[in-house]
Amino acid sequence: MWPAAQLSGPNPGASAYRWARDHEFPTSTPTGMSGAALGLAISVFLACAVEAVEALTIVLAVGSTRSWRSAMSGVGAAIVVLAAIVAALGPALTSLPIDVLRLAVGGLLLIFGLQWLRKAILRSAGLKAKHDELETYEQELRAARAAGAERAGLDGYSFTIAFKGVLLEGLEVAFIVLTFGANQHRIPLAAAAAGLAVLLVLAAGFAARGPLARTPENTMKFAVGVMLTSFGIFWGAEGAGAHWPGSDAALLAIIPGLLIASAAMARIMRRSVRHGRLGTIAPPGESADTGEAAALGA
Amino acid sequence: MKRARAAVLGVWGFVVGDDWRTAVGVALALGATAVVAAAGASAWWVMPPAVLALLALSLRRAARGAARRD
Repeated sequence: MWPAAQLSGPNPGASAYRWARDHEFPTSTPTGMSGAALGLAISVFLACAVEAVEALTIVLAVGSTRSWRSAMSGVGAAIVVLAAIVAALGPALTSLPIDVLRLAVGGLLLIFGLQWLRKAILRSAGLKAKHDELETYEQELRAARAAGAERAGLDGYSFTIAFKGVLLEGLEVAFIVLTFGANQHRIPLAAAAAGLAVLLVLAAGFAARGPLARTPENTMKFAVGVMLTSFGIFWGAEGAGAHWPGSDAALLAIIPGLLIASAAMARIMRRSVRHGRLGTIAPPGESADTGEAAALGA
Repeated sequence: MKRARAAVLGVWGFVVGDDWRTAVGVALALGATAVVAAAGASAWWVMPPAVLALLALSLRRAARGAARRD
């Protein structure tokens, strides 16, 4: 039963809907998955796929050059650490009051999402070098060969590089899984989407027998940026006390609206670069970004 | 001490990223939404334009950096 207090107010229908949604009552489509849950799954899947492609490049390089056993041990250790982070922080997050959770999660998703989106637009405009998996692979190969002789037993170099690569690439995904999942009380769904993305990337890497250089990484990062930012706007505003017209259906306006506006910004920047009104592509090790602190993310 | 500092800087870099002005802008926009909502007015309209403005300003700063570099 819905508490009577939840059904009072200027719009009892909307109040009931919000209460039902917040308490996991069936507000979903006949397919069993609400629009927000579908958005969660797509966002986590894409974000995880992008990061998995980058981690795969690193692991392939050290594994094929030095020691597969040590590299895979590093991957396993990193996955255990990431799972521990999700397991430890998940229950803590879900125990927060819903509005506090939405405000915090909305704010974090906005900060992450705007970073992904900005970098994708800068790459699209040619103001930031695109991620080149083949080049990264070659660099990792050279570094692995230059790291000295492989040690018998567990090769420390292979273990450490694989561990760090998977942990760093996976950390942001773990936070996306946590924030999206906790907010909708669907951490298992978010984790399943992340796991599926990893499996597909591994299968593709196995089939290609090399780094996945043809993955449209920047397009995927652009899509993730739009999704994270859109959900950040939606949940952040709700957490701050706003009520969206149409409730969850507002996402159907926010996501395409942000997509169109971001695509327009990318187009304007590309045109400005072509006409020489902006700078040119940043050389390796330098970017057109406002800082160089981020070693993670997009 | 060094490790603690590195940990704090790591968390800062992870959460705030490479554009602290955008992070501050997000906090201000959410604060403005809360103020408008607390006043009893409709507040959903605050975030979308604020976020678009933050993205545009962030891109402009990056583009100016590129122009200066050239």
